[in-house]
Amino acid sequence: MTKPYVSWGRYPYKEQRGMDLQWRTDVLPQEPNVLPQGNARSYGDSCMNQGGLVASTRFLRRFMQFDPATGLLQCESGVQLADIINLVEPQGWFLAATPGTKFATVGGCIANDVHGKNHHLEGTFGRHVTRFELVRTDGTRMICSPTENTGYFNATIGGLGLTGLIVWAELQLKRVPNSAINLETIKYKDLATFFELSAESEHTHEYTAAWIDCLASQEKLGRGHFLRGNHAKVTQPRVAAGKLKLSMPIDPPLSLVNSLSLRAFNTLYYNRQMQERSYATVHYDPFFYPLDFVQDWNRMYGPKGFLQYQCVVPNETSYDATREMLQRIAAANSGSFLVVLKVFGDVPSPGLLSFPRPGATLALDFPYQGNKTLHLFDQLDDVVVQAGGAIYPAKDAHMKADHFKLFYPNLETFTQYKDPGISSSFWRRVMEANA
Amino acid sequence: MKNWIIVGATSAIAESVCRLWATRGYKLFLVARNEGKLQQIAQDLKVRGAAQVDTFSMDANAFELHGQCFETAQKSMGKVDGIFIAHGTLPDQKACETSFNVARAEIETNALSVISLCTIAANHFEQQRQGDIAVISSVAGDRGRQSNYVYGAAKGMVSVFLQGLRNRLAKSGVHVLTIKPGFVDTPMTASIDKGGPLWASADQVAAGIVKSVDKKCNVVYLPWFWWIIMNIIRHIPEFIFKKMKL
Repeated sequence: MTKPYVSWGRYPYKEQRGMDLQWRTDVLPQEPNVLPQGNARSYGDSCMNQGGLVASTRFLRRFMQFDPATGLLQCESGVQLADIINLVEPQGWFLAATPGTKFATVGGCIANDVHGKNHHLEGTFGRHVTRFELVRTDGTRMICSPTENTGYFNATIGGLGLTGLIVWAELQLKRVPNSAINLETIKYKDLATFFELSAESEHTHEYTAAWIDCLASQEKLGRGHFLRGNHAKVTQPRVAAGKLKLSMPIDPPLSLVNSLSLRAFNTLYYNRQMQERSYATVHYDPFFYPLDFVQDWNRMYGPKGFLQYQCVVPNETSYDATREMLQRIAAANSGSFLVVLKVFGDVPSPGLLSFPRPGATLALDFPYQGNKTLHLFDQLDDVVVQAGGAIYPAKDAHMKADHFKLFYPNLETFTQYKDPGISSSFWRRVMEANA
Repeated sequence: MKNWIIVGATSAIAESVCRLWATRGYKLFLVARNEGKLQQIAQDLKVRGAAQVDTFSMDANAFELHGQCFETAQKSMGKVDGIFIAHGTLPDQKACETSFNVARAEIETNALSVISLCTIAANHFEQQRQGDIAVISSVAGDRGRQSNYVYGAAKGMVSVFLQGLRNRLAKSGVHVLTIKPGFVDTPMTASIDKGGPLWASADQVAAGIVKSVDKKCNVVYLPWFWWIIMNIIRHIPEFIFKKMKL
């Protein structure tokens, strides 16, 4: 077992104390500096609280109500997406929006207003939250919904846990004819083709995203596999889940992701599909959660941990900005096995600090290599700022304070709803200039 | 479908086991001290598919209520197929050393209350000529160590009692399972610094328990590697062992 309460990226590795909330009636501990935490699947320090206490909801994992007729589900905030899928998928329901791991908690999905491959149609996770209960450090409890305590509702969605503890939430699920996905994989040759494919698939495919070979350069820059899919038809046979489960039981002394392994993997992976297009009906697990089958895969990056970089750049500048970033990443000979590029839609989220906005979003991991990594991030930041984009706090461990204020113009409204007894390493980093 | 009584149902391991049984559509009769907590769990288990969930609030040390508890379970479920005993406390060893009253209270909770419940269940199942008794003991009961020998003694008593009970009930078709978990990441172990290869989650241990009940195992170490660890620990000669810091 890896140490509880430490963020997924394991960088920066903070000293903090943790405690577990176990019951809906529990109150937040009476301490000056507390941060609610889910299953700690955020990559950076938004779920960390150096020098303070994290109050974990990992044992707050009970269902409260599920109506198979309407798809309305009420559960405690520590319930993981996997728990929900196991319960509702056999009854013909699925999550309306899901991130790339099913081990995230409902509370965490709300606090980070996560998104998935269907953002262009369904928007963020927060759009499908009908209400939740919020407990503040002063003991106040309130039900928040789009019509009740709306200010708190909007601030809590994407609010990084800073407005209080989400005790339980109610979600509207989506009815699906078949949880399997009819998937088309298109091997494409350059970045321009990616944007063409995205535009063409926007209205025909529920799920779209691309895997990118982050080391390809020049005319091959941005090449990859474009994945697009729709739920299979009700008449199609159900697809069995894969049996293979791997785990990373130990910490390798060095990162297994390095320039050698990366180049070999990316070249092989790009060329594993011979023909330009392939079609398959796949189980939802490898489609939505490709990394979840390797338990503790974050250990692959060794004891120094890793950082993820996820940004969004608006449509007007997305081609040039993405191109610029990919060039810099390829030149640095860095990056990861799983690099994802996707075009967000314009479905608005209620969240004041919600990250997704119209444009292209690029996400990839970097093993932490000290200044080399941080220097590359500074370069990428410049591109994002110039393009008028934003960086995703859930993945972040480096964003600069002035950039955060630039990326999130609703910040001032948000601070009115922030719980004064709650803070996080992330919050202090971006709000207190000298922290 | 089976009907189970779960004593100590608000413990993390028991709750996790109940979730697995609920998805199978079992009837569950939950016993613990706090009715409010039991209700939260019952609601969850119903959503997960339990055919019926009833609750009974009782302190395990209220020995006089044990009989009534069993009878109520039988009335509400129609028949009892198994009892899973999962309650327990992790004593403060230092407090047990300075006060015998503390030590006695811990032994009552962790051993005597278990023996009382097992006695009632055993007699009932013996007549019924069918039934499962599954009890959480501990690897700590395999050898006394200075760091928690009062807890170890209580769990050791439970393990030996169950050995005898298994021997007695074998001919009646009643099955007795002794569960010996190692370090489990639950609220009971909140005060200990966690992380590392020896720590298991409550879900992992629960999956092992459900499997062991299905397979009619007798004694099970969870996770399995504790069988190796405890075999080594049990075989260290006493003259060496007494000087070790365990």
